Amino acid sequence: MDFATFLQVSDTALRFATPLLLACLAGLFSERAGIFDIGLEGKMLMAAMSAAAVAAITGSVWIGLIAGIAGSLLFALVHGVASITFRGNQLISGVALNFVASGITVLIAQDLFGQGGRTAPLSGDARFAPIDLPFVDSLSAIPVFGPIYAEVLSGHTILVYVALLLVPISWWVLFRTRFGLRLRAVGENPASVDTAGVSVVRLRFTAVLIAGVLCGLAGAYMSTGLQAGFGREMTAGRGYIALAALIFAKWRPWYCLWATLLFGFLQALALRPDVVESLTHLAIPVPFLDALPYILTVIVLAGFVGKAIPPRAGGEPYVKER
Amino acid sequence: MKKLPTWADVGLVPLISLTLAALVSAMVLLAIGESPMQALTVMVEGALGSPYAWGYTLYYATSFIFTGLAVTVAFHAGLFNIGGEGQAQLGGLGVALVCLMLPWPHWTLALGAAMIGAAAFGAAWAAIPAYLQARRGSHIVITTIMFNYIAAALLIYLLVNVLRPAGSMDPASANFPDATHLPQFQDMPIIQGLFQRIGADGLPRLNAEGLPIYQKVPANVTFFIALIACVLVWVLLWHTRLGYQIRAFGKSEKAAVYAGISPFKIIMVSMLISGGLSGLMAINNVMGQSERLLQNSASGAGFIGIAVALMGRNHPIGILLAAILFGFLYQGGAALGLNTQIPIELRTVVQGLVILFTGALDQMVRMILGWFFRQKRSA
Repeated sequence: MDFATFLQVSDTALRFATPLLLACLAGLFSERAGIFDIGLEGKMLMAAMSAAAVAAITGSVWIGLIAGIAGSLLFALVHGVASITFRGNQLISGVALNFVASGITVLIAQDLFGQGGRTAPLSGDARFAPIDLPFVDSLSAIPVFGPIYAEVLSGHTILVYVALLLVPISWWVLFRTRFGLRLRAVGENPASVDTAGVSVVRLRFTAVLIAGVLCGLAGAYMSTGLQAGFGREMTAGRGYIALAALIFAKWRPWYCLWATLLFGFLQALALRPDVVESLTHLAIPVPFLDALPYILTVIVLAGFVGKAIPPRAGGEPYVKER
Repeated sequence: MKKLPTWADVGLVPLISLTLAALVSAMVLLAIGESPMQALTVMVEGALGSPYAWGYTLYYATSFIFTGLAVTVAFHAGLFNIGGEGQAQLGGLGVALVCLMLPWPHWTLALGAAMIGAAAFGAAWAAIPAYLQARRGSHIVITTIMFNYIAAALLIYLLVNVLRPAGSMDPASANFPDATHLPQFQDMPIIQGLFQRIGADGLPRLNAEGLPIYQKVPANVTFFIALIACVLVWVLLWHTRLGYQIRAFGKSEKAAVYAGISPFKIIMVSMLISGGLSGLMAINNVMGQSERLLQNSASGAGFIGIAVALMGRNHPIGILLAAILFGFLYQGGAALGLNTQIPIELRTVVQGLVILFTGALDQMVRMILGWFFRQKRSA
């Protein structure tokens, strides 16, 4: 692989990693607060459809983005009501919402646009435009760093940079603020938070809704940044890859970034079998590359590469009095 | 909160959950400008209105019985097996290998061998997550989800690079030999009369040899195997030592360990049975219907098993009824897609809503019912 190809693949990898990263951070907030979220996939799908549909109708990607977040928040709210208010099974709620999202997005898109469950193709202001980072031209003369800055880091849509910025922000919120401390505590030992006079229900709902907003960004990026419109099942399991990345990252923000970049890189490589073959001198089948994130996650889960310990109270509804 | 009477818990709670799911679905239909009543009519007509329609409904129900039983067996051991989809696809691989590798003289022999192949492959696919749960404490929900995707990738690879016959463009295996053809409902004596084609003149239509022509339906002999499987699972869970151990372990791991039950053994055995049942589903769709292995052969039935098990309250009788309900939903949804403007995806929405109301919001239904029962008692 020469340097130009490497830059190309890395550029694609960053694009592919962005929705994974946003969804992964969504899962981070939710699961750190003790609410398992299998429904990342469904929320992304819902956001992708809402964002693309509203952007196509209004012609403004920003209104589309708000609609995407709203669509995702609606599903997050249902998940919250089911798993916090009514203490239902969080895993089953997530699975159910994924099915509802998979079907209802096609129903709505078909009703609005009549194009076989797709939304109208987006162009111009209805999509996020690439942004050139400052000093691209003057820095491009620097060897190695210049081309990386120009080809890989610059020229993405704003949501890519938002996603990257959200990593330190998430770290700061979770590990350097009172809210973050309480949120993590509620995922480890909700009774202690309750004893300290802080509402477990309100904290968990906040976490679930933060996850909704982040999934909304992820889905909106899928349909208005990465691609130009919504198509049925367009998230194609990315919510589950994000879930895998979250485990891979052992529920830590910076690790989330590295894990999603790795998985994004694998997805980018799956598009370039020629590069893989020239690198390894083996004909590695594409399905193997597709399956690699899942295989890696199973290996991590099996505890062969350090132990992935989930938040202690994850999946357990909190009952105040017995 | 007061406990509900048993009859209300077993009968009313699923019924109300189902009604709520139906109401929300009706609201979705109204929102996209379709008539729910008309949709229901089309669904009933398309899924229950004729023997031909039943031939499809029961075909789908057969698959759902297997995957529903699979979820149930794991559930009684306190394990949530979301991996039915991957296990069913691997089961299909087992069926395909059995049917293609050996020259079978008669379908009964092929069926027996294919059942062993399907169950063994499905169980093998469940064995790894089970082992990781039992020995390494890896959360089985996450590992079985991962194994669904790994199974899908593995099957794409095998179908494109290994099993695809030379010269074919489809990512599918070769057609199975005729000798492995399972009798479908129109091939069976007595029942087949229901599927006779009637000409415009009201007389049965005959072929060139003067024999009656039958409508072809996908429901096949596997349906009866599924019924037997219901009975066997019931016997296993409630009338054997192993079943008692599985249920005891599922209710309280600590108490089970204290009673000398090995967690490793129970997790492995219940997941192997669960995976085997998921795998057996492939007899119905791969051997009984498509008669070759296709990509994504399970087509979601593994997931519907979750809904069926929840709706059927993890009891074989409930599962049988819930599987027929979902068979109706599946075939009715297909009829909607064919005959109306409503996309076929409506059935995915209804399926999701049923899982949501029966599996996650069941406490809400119980609270409403509990409130109602208290009112009655104080009155």
